[in-house]
Amino acid sequence: MSVFDLRIQEIHEQLRRKQLSVSELVDESFKRIKEVDSQLNAFITLDEEGARAKAEELDNLSNTDETGLLFGLPVGIKDNISTRGVKTTCASKILANFVPVYNATVVDKLNEAQAVMVGKMNMDEFAMGSSNENSAFRAVRNPWNTDHVPGGSSGGSAASVAAGEVFFALGSDTGGSIRQPAAFCGVVGLKPTYGRVSRFGLVAYASSLDQIGPITKNVEDAAYVLQVIAGYDQHDSTSANVDVPDYLSALTGDVSGLKIAVPKEYIGEGIHPEVREKVLEALKVLESLGATWEEVSLPHSDYVIPAYYIIASSEASSNLARYDGVRYGVRADQADNLLEMYKETRSQGFGAEVKRRIMLGTYSLSSGYYDAYYKKAQQVRTLIKQDFEQLFEKYDVIIGPTTPTTAWKIGEKIDDPLTMYVEDILTCPVNLAGVPAISVPCGFDQKGLPVGLQIIGKAFDEATILRVAHAYEQHTDHHKARPQL
Amino acid sequence: MSTISKQEVEHVAHLARLNLTEEEKEQFTKQLDSILNFAQKLNELDTENVEPTSHVLPLVNVMRDDVPHESLPVEEALQNTAEHQDGQVKVPSVLEE
Repeated sequence: MSVFDLRIQEIHEQLRRKQLSVSELVDESFKRIKEVDSQLNAFITLDEEGARAKAEELDNLSNTDETGLLFGLPVGIKDNISTRGVKTTCASKILANFVPVYNATVVDKLNEAQAVMVGKMNMDEFAMGSSNENSAFRAVRNPWNTDHVPGGSSGGSAASVAAGEVFFALGSDTGGSIRQPAAFCGVVGLKPTYGRVSRFGLVAYASSLDQIGPITKNVEDAAYVLQVIAGYDQHDSTSANVDVPDYLSALTGDVSGLKIAVPKEYIGEGIHPEVREKVLEALKVLESLGATWEEVSLPHSDYVIPAYYIIASSEASSNLARYDGVRYGVRADQADNLLEMYKETRSQGFGAEVKRRIMLGTYSLSSGYYDAYYKKAQQVRTLIKQDFEQLFEKYDVIIGPTTPTTAWKIGEKIDDPLTMYVEDILTCPVNLAGVPAISVPCGFDQKGLPVGLQIIGKAFDEATILRVAHAYEQHTDHHKARPQL
Repeated sequence: MSTISKQEVEHVAHLARLNLTEEEKEQFTKQLDSILNFAQKLNELDTENVEPTSHVLPLVNVMRDDVPHESLPVEEALQNTAEHQDGQVKVPSVLEE
């Protein structure tokens, strides 16, 4: 058993008793990376020197200085989160040489909590993708079966946690990019409420949807990480000035009287029977603990994917206008005037999926099409958000699968963007509504690939989804299974 | 009937500051056409009196006091530029000669 199979509490106990040092933890991380990462490609950049120096510094502290909630824990950070002095590429050629001059707020918070950054995680370019095949550098592979995708866009983060290369990781979730890879890799992934965690220093994809969140091996660890990264930040005017509760004390194990809504659209046609079966089994576990569930409807589910892709692409086309070869990033050098420099830089720097979304967004926002596409999608977003608000008047949580199927094979969907987009049907509505959701392992299909259970909560009520996920997890062993590499 | 033509794809590429190869033009015309056709589904819904949601939080004009802060040193701010000179970012000529 690896030391990384322990919970944060257990590792801290060993550190306190001096049975283990932070340097040993960091050694464990790099040893495992050297053993297995050539099979996974989970990392873009390693910071071995920085991590070892930090470990030594933490090992030399007196006991009274060891107060950080994440003391000594090796963490991987998705490569769209700014790390001062450490390359942050967004898995794009256009930022291949970019070294940020400041830290994202979440990175400062992890530092204050005394976590140790090991490196930067591979992802779909600019967080656009559901399979991690859109990384400009190399595709990430699923640790449960390396012929399959790990999910995306935080695929490196999820694969790395599942494989025991890092203790936990940060990802970002715009339409499912934390929860879907967590489900595909058999780990826990939490997308907080929009505004719960500062986006300062997160490279923007779709600003009204993006959120940073933790990927961990169990729910309790996710509560620890959320505790550290949540909260208002004056550098992000869209971060919410809402009190952050004590998430650890929310993990009571008690779900008696809990009212669960199960949308029929989430367990019906289009959902793989094996996935449906695992979700229904999980609901039985919660029932046995005193919760009740009813089948309900989210009537606008069919409109989620078109609304999401119009809105996200529109915001992306605007956000990615900044990559023009002027202030940062790789500049094409064969242009002799400014306009051609912009065009050549962007054409050489962006991959196909990023160009496709920039094109779709530019079209949707262009004169003559704005009302028909962008505004229409925003109006439909209102209807989707209202669907959720209505259910939450009567129910505490909404439960369904995280994804319609388990991880597909590498290459299977890459040539047809639309077939890949529709796979996001269960995760995107959560971002459009702005509410929090967690994916937890709930079993394996016949091929041995993990299935994720999604628990969706009310805005700013992460405590409840953590409590439900934790109660479920106490009565199953799915989260303890580890891939053989 | 197709929703988007190759000429429109060329126009949008110009607006987005992208040079597309012939192959990319063909491919994007086909793919964007199928995505936009799919998006027509939104027209099934009557949204006549529905307010658009641009943002889920009830935020309007977040202000702060105008207090000067320390800013990045010039060298750091220029560290990621492709070319700079005399503390300024350098770009190819803007106006034709």
